[in-house]
Amino acid sequence: MIDPKIREEFPILNQKVNGHPLVYLDSAATAQKPIQVIEAVNEYYRKTNANVHRGVHTLGNWATDAYEGARTKVKKFINARSTEEIVFVRGTTSAINLVAQSYGRSFIGKEDEIVITLMEHHSNLIPWQQVAKFTGATLKYVPLQQDGTMSMEDIKATITEKTKLVAMTQVSNVLGTVNPIKEVAKIAHSVGAKLLVDGAQSIPHMKVDVQDLDCDFLAFSGHKMGAPTGIGVLYGKKELLEQMEPVEFGGEMIDFVDLHESTWKELPWKFEGGTPIIAGAVGLGAAIDFLQSIGMDQIEKHEHELVNYAMDQLKQVDGFTMYGPLVNHSSLITFNLKDVHPHDLATVLDTYGIAVRAGHHCAQPLMKWLNVSATARASFYLYNTKNEIDIWIDGLNKTKEYFGDGFIG
Amino acid sequence: MASLDDLYRRVIMDHYQAPRNMGELADADATIQLKNPTCGDQIQLQMKVEDGKIKDAKFKGEGCSISMSSASMMTEAIKDLPVEKALELADRFSKMLLGEEVDLDDFDDIEALQGVCKFPARIKCATLAWKAMEKGVKESDKVDHHHDHHDHHHDGHHHD
Ligand SMILES: Cc1ncc(COP(=O)(O)O)c(C=O)c1O
Repeated sequence: MIDPKIREEFPILNQKVNGHPLVYLDSAATAQKPIQVIEAVNEYYRKTNANVHRGVHTLGNWATDAYEGARTKVKKFINARSTEEIVFVRGTTSAINLVAQSYGRSFIGKEDEIVITLMEHHSNLIPWQQVAKFTGATLKYVPLQQDGTMSMEDIKATITEKTKLVAMTQVSNVLGTVNPIKEVAKIAHSVGAKLLVDGAQSIPHMKVDVQDLDCDFLAFSGHKMGAPTGIGVLYGKKELLEQMEPVEFGGEMIDFVDLHESTWKELPWKFEGGTPIIAGAVGLGAAIDFLQSIGMDQIEKHEHELVNYAMDQLKQVDGFTMYGPLVNHSSLITFNLKDVHPHDLATVLDTYGIAVRAGHHCAQPLMKWLNVSATARASFYLYNTKNEIDIWIDGLNKTKEYFGDGFIG
Repeated sequence: MASLDDLYRRVIMDHYQAPRNMGELADADATIQLKNPTCGDQIQLQMKVEDGKIKDAKFKGEGCSISMSSASMMTEAIKDLPVEKALELADRFSKMLLGEEVDLDDFDDIEALQGVCKFPARIKCATLAWKAMEKGVKESDKVDHHHDHHDHHHDGHHHD
């Protein structure tokens, strides 16, 4: 397990909420920020701030170095071939929308199929619905098995010669399922389709190597891995990005501008119209440094131990239902408690300083499949401890008592 | 600090566990389906409106204790009320949830939801049914127009 001393690096964790020490179990929504990230952003604004790629002056060069330095860190972090393959965007949602609007609308036609899955977050679902509407292409869903995983047979059966693009999450933000991306890439490529991976819930928690996976696109958000909000990454294979048109036009992304024609900058800048998210990128670079100083293997191990511990303890909670697979389950637990609506549950836990998510988790088709209108979710990160899981479970028992004794009997 | 007992008053839980006016109306003038998209709570509210009065109201739905108990209380409260009075009640109810001082004399059970104002994340749960009622009144108003072209309310709307 990671030494709980790590919590000292996260100033926000050291406070009381509603009179109790904060137990933050909502990192899948957004992760807390280590002091190293907060300081890096602070330092950037105190000493470096200027616009990038335009100044002759020294600060302009420093800011450009800081921004492009962050790109190099991302490139190494996911093992891309070059920084040309790393486009800074606002987050997972904008990365996927970029591919949908640019690649989707130009390279997908009426006869083609787009394949996604029933477990996708709305961010990796609605952009493809829109592409299907715009192009006339057919949108298909890989079905789920009872335990919330997908079988290779179903994946193979859904991807056909007509499939142009497969878009799949690496880790489900509801079920905790970890999908076999490497195998899916092979299947997609065997029919000439491209694979886009939603890495929002994988990148913060495990080692991801884009060359090893051989995915064509990867989208992720900085804020779920300790970086500020407002910065994210689109990775794309260079040969694909080269063929794609920008979707935002304006300053920063152009080469030569004439009255009626313009040319674009080279990769990756042609996709970064306007003044970019410089401080956000600097923060992302600092978050990557922080995660690597602990080691992605260590983080994965730590979370694995936490989630297994939680599952074990939860067996003793009467009326507890967990969704998703029992093995190879990522570091979150989506659940319901008998006779207590998830909103009521989340409100009661909150009065004990315990932060969990309640609702449909931006995955309404999946909720329908689970046949529930809402669920609660506790999600863990490198700073959570077994003690916090005990506090959470204690909170669940108190909630049951509160609703059971006070009202139901 | 807001305590749980402020939120989950016994009256609320009573309405949650034994909702009043749960079900459907065969001859409704207005059927409204409303969702709280952030959390998935949903409600169907049906109303019978005659001569500017709410004659009957029934609801069904799915949601937390606050949204369902609020719907139950609301249907009880608006029955036999003139439409304008029901809308005025809705207005005062919203104000109560925003923590404003309002007259609670005719609120009966509804007053129990006052504690929701200390839980900002739950205000939308409490107002869902009332929003449906406001929408439903507008819908039944339209129905009225078809039946009675000399309706005063109708004329009023034209000059809005
Ligand atoms: C699996 C998954 N995809 C996409 C997103 C969207 O990320 P963002 O809101 O940062 O764009 C999330 C985050 O909620 C997610 O969990």
